[in-house]
Amino acid sequence: MKWIGILALVPVLAMAQRSGLDYSSEEVRRLQASDFENPGMLWVDQGEKLFKQHCAACHASMKGVAARYPRVEGGKAVTLEQKIRHQRPMAWESDELLALTTYVAHQSRGMAMHRPAESSVQKGREEYFRRRGQMNLACAHCHDRHAGDKLGAETLSQGQPNGYPSYRLEWQKLGSLQRRLRACMFGLHAEVPAFGDELLNELELYLAWRAQGLPIEAPSVRR
Amino acid sequence: MKRRAFLALAAFPLYAAGQANVHISTTDPLVFALTKGRDVLPGKVKLDLPAVADNGNSVAMTVSVESPMTEKEFVRAVHLISERNPVRDMATFYLGPHSGRAEVSSRIRLNGTQRVVAIAELSDGSFWSAAAQIEVREAACTDGS
Amino acid sequence: MALARIQVPTGVKPGDVVEIRVVIQHPMETGYRREQGQRVKRNAIHSMACKYNGAEVFRATLSTGVAANPYIRFFMRAKESGDLDFWWLDDDDVEGRAKARLVVA
Repeated sequence: MKWIGILALVPVLAMAQRSGLDYSSEEVRRLQASDFENPGMLWVDQGEKLFKQHCAACHASMKGVAARYPRVEGGKAVTLEQKIRHQRPMAWESDELLALTTYVAHQSRGMAMHRPAESSVQKGREEYFRRRGQMNLACAHCHDRHAGDKLGAETLSQGQPNGYPSYRLEWQKLGSLQRRLRACMFGLHAEVPAFGDELLNELELYLAWRAQGLPIEAPSVRR
Repeated sequence: MKRRAFLALAAFPLYAAGQANVHISTTDPLVFALTKGRDVLPGKVKLDLPAVADNGNSVAMTVSVESPMTEKEFVRAVHLISERNPVRDMATFYLGPHSGRAEVSSRIRLNGTQRVVAIAELSDGSFWSAAAQIEVREAACTDGS
Repeated sequence: MALARIQVPTGVKPGDVVEIRVVIQHPMETGYRREQGQRVKRNAIHSMACKYNGAEVFRATLSTGVAANPYIRFFMRAKESGDLDFWWLDDDDVEGRAKARLVVA
């Protein structure tokens, strides 16, 4: 376990931060570029309606809000989804929550993700470098060491969070970053934490730090 | 290879062009249900699919048919048939003189590398077709987590 | 009620052949996908149609061979201003409707 620390010193900073879009096929890029055809925009439309219905009484413009998440509140990592649930505890990964999250994130499209203080991402960093599951692999093994290499027919991306919520062709649906993190852990045959679990929140916070200000692409399209 | 066999093989594309039922067999039950055994001629139809799709879950497709789309001469329907999908009958688009142009685009799902065939039914009862071979790197439907 | 996005051109004159685009929110479940190990039941839009001022201008039979959140682009002859009424029906017998206005000057 101790040598994991050494892996942590592998220069993440030296690795230029590249969005998942860079690793995507032409068709995926084309879909993301077309606001009409991008299926994720269906959720933005839905989110706009819901926002007017449930949130507009207190909230005005959401521009720039998503760029400030995830962030630290009361010493813990807090995600955008969590914040959106503050008045009504919508079910995790429900269409309602996805729609509102995507709508809010979309208002910050093109803006750089903020970078949490390095001192606040220690827990998340540990999770990122921790081996897990039957496959005994850490996020770092694929997304730091082997980003750009092939896994089967697919090219491994850097695992950046800036595109989320994302319409993944694999899901045939829009989904959250935590859905993706859970799916990866499932793939490693590791224990999958519940949505909203502290582990996932802290991991999201670290990923935001690691992203070094990549621009928000919500709703992105991925394979 | 014997010279005659070679010549026969080389001449086949010339022979095949314009020959009925080259894209799909009319004894294929799916096709027979549409055509009732009538010949399906290659031509008039253009099926736009990429040669390679990275992901079979969503592949952009455009099918178009040469036709004036007037009351006298128009395209009644365009059928899309898959060779390998679990459900081979992918879609049918019903058009008419009111369409103005016989062209439809959509995004389809493909379960692996295969040929897709488009059959157009014209107002005069004739059937025309086009086929596209497409390599699919990640199959939709039966693949995935 | 399922959402749809409809794109209708502007600056249309009578007699123009115009391009209409629609994206309908629907999972188009194939019946082969698994969620938490359980097979998700098949449910896809099997029929859809578009009426223009009450007259049908487009109809389609779809299947699981069409990608989720189906996108359709088709053409129609514009005559006078009117409503484009979209309708669709899925395997669970759930109907969906959406409307857009075509302005013809």
